[in-house]
Amino acid sequence: MDFTLSKQHEMARSLFREFAEKEVKPLAIEVDETEEFPRETVEKMAKAGFMGIPIPKEYGGQGCDVLTYAICVEELAKVCGTTAVIVSAHTSLCCDPILTYGTEEQKKKYLPDLASGKKIGAFGLTEPGAGTDAQGQQTKAVLDGDEWVLNGSKIFITNGKEADVYVIFAITGVVEKRGKMTKEISAFIVEKGTPGFSFGTKEKKMGIRGSSTYELIFTDCRIPKENMLGAQGKGFGIAMHTLDGGRIGIAAQALGIGEGALERTIAYVKERKQFGRSISAFQNTQFQLADMATKAQAAQFMVYKAACTKDQYTKDHKTSYNCEAAMAKLYAAEMAMEVTTKAVQLHGGYGYTREYEVERMMRDAKITEIYEGTSEVQRMVISANLLK
Amino acid sequence: MKIVVCVKQVPDTKGGVKFNPDGTLDRAAMLTIMNPDDKAGLEAALRLKDQYGAEVTVVTMGLPKAEEVLREAMAMGADKGILVTDRVLGGADTWATSQTLAGALRNLDYDLIITGRQAIDGDTAQVGPQISEHLGIPVISYAQKIEIEGDSVIVERQYDDRYHVLKAKMPCLVTALAELNEPRYMTPGGIFDAYNAEITVWGRADLKDVEDSNLGLKGSPTQIARASDKVRKGQGEKVTLDPAESVAYIMDKLKEKHVI
Repeated sequence: MDFTLSKQHEMARSLFREFAEKEVKPLAIEVDETEEFPRETVEKMAKAGFMGIPIPKEYGGQGCDVLTYAICVEELAKVCGTTAVIVSAHTSLCCDPILTYGTEEQKKKYLPDLASGKKIGAFGLTEPGAGTDAQGQQTKAVLDGDEWVLNGSKIFITNGKEADVYVIFAITGVVEKRGKMTKEISAFIVEKGTPGFSFGTKEKKMGIRGSSTYELIFTDCRIPKENMLGAQGKGFGIAMHTLDGGRIGIAAQALGIGEGALERTIAYVKERKQFGRSISAFQNTQFQLADMATKAQAAQFMVYKAACTKDQYTKDHKTSYNCEAAMAKLYAAEMAMEVTTKAVQLHGGYGYTREYEVERMMRDAKITEIYEGTSEVQRMVISANLLK
Repeated sequence: MKIVVCVKQVPDTKGGVKFNPDGTLDRAAMLTIMNPDDKAGLEAALRLKDQYGAEVTVVTMGLPKAEEVLREAMAMGADKGILVTDRVLGGADTWATSQTLAGALRNLDYDLIITGRQAIDGDTAQVGPQISEHLGIPVISYAQKIEIEGDSVIVERQYDDRYHVLKAKMPCLVTALAELNEPRYMTPGGIFDAYNAEITVWGRADLKDVEDSNLGLKGSPTQIARASDKVRKGQGEKVTLDPAESVAYIMDKLKEKHVI
């Protein structure tokens, strides 16, 4: 067992860090204040290849592993949670299911533009009545000739209005399962601009405020029959499997947010003086930092382990990463919340102001305990693995 | 078109400069980067490659560790990397370095050689022009813009208050300024490709038409008496006064220090 990263991964980290410090960090406060989607940054990330890191080269991606992608999201999140989730939702929730479940034609049609960042991807599963209970959804798709007709709405969609390609889930029928009638869910690829596809309200969020979270509305939205992703009725499995991968991205985001808050706190406590000495000289500060760093380190190991397990799945299509991903997300998200809260506390009154980044980081951290499966859902997934 | 870019791995002075007990730089203890002027030169070469199509080869002379800078260049888009490393080449000053690089370059086909103006660890700006002398090709230094026209290169050469536009027939050598451009980032896929690629390693025996007496420490006429980190200036003094009072204050200080 070797806990050191390869030279390639170290060089990739230095690239992501340099980019984050130079291109992302200077805009992070503004993105949060204005709630504007950082379009220029996304264009720069596209140019640098960040929008298609784990996508094979034959589909226009970088051909790297999931670990490299996780390191990218981690480094971006150290300076800006918004930018990190844009990459994560695009890659894990849109590119990945098309790569995993798409036909060769779908992969060739959509992946090159997504992987090069010419187009941005999004994922629509959640509905007003269907969050953790994904079966509770109402959006329907009815086959009419050569077209599926979508009706319904999706909420809390990351990259909402800014995306071009959406992976959308809808009910395509009712089937009997173990004597019970259950909804048959299928997945579809929907393009922006399709008649009948519009945007509803923009969410006013606590954190990750630049990430363009919108409601998607489908009113007699007709999409070609061939835009079904995977087989009819397999949508629930596709959604769950996609979220397993997505959790690695969000775990990496949470990890980066926690690490970023820790870095800023270490710098702050060395400078801040009270009672004639820097507050880093107080044992309380030292012990808090020790706890924060230990948990961040543990989270990093878990995130990297989950990423490497998914890499194994990419190779053998057998290895399950469902439990590792859930554990990494659960732990990293709770670490991020705890570390950012402590970071604000150690910054004192200044930490509560928007002049200091830890305030934003604490707000950004909270969502990682909620989206792509709440911490409670992660506990359900983990315990289901233990008790099966 | 074939372009060769000479790059140097230099200490990242942002991380502080460290010395060996004998006063020479402790390179192993410092973080390293690609010399900024060289990186701009590489970016210029890659832009010419994008625009006209070219094969870009990067060459560096240094310790085996300098391979990293070649991988970085390849991750940015260079096609080949050549590392010139040999114990007998160690301790080289600009003369011995330029002799070594010229010896390596004689093995290659090139239309254009690009070097950085100067390295941030030595700041001499001598190696590029010296290479051109050894190879007997024209040199245009301090390039702030490089264009190709037929078999010639057109370069804007920077001066303090103006620039000269110079045209030279290729093959020729151009030294680049960091201000020439904003170098591109490596790509994640490029990094992995660069580590899968072979780096050519050359030693003394591979250098063409170079005398031993011109190589390494023995071939270096420069004697370094002493090296030091940047001398830190005092903290300075900040006063907030209205303009008239400020002038009077400064005048008093200058008199006090016998400057005026």
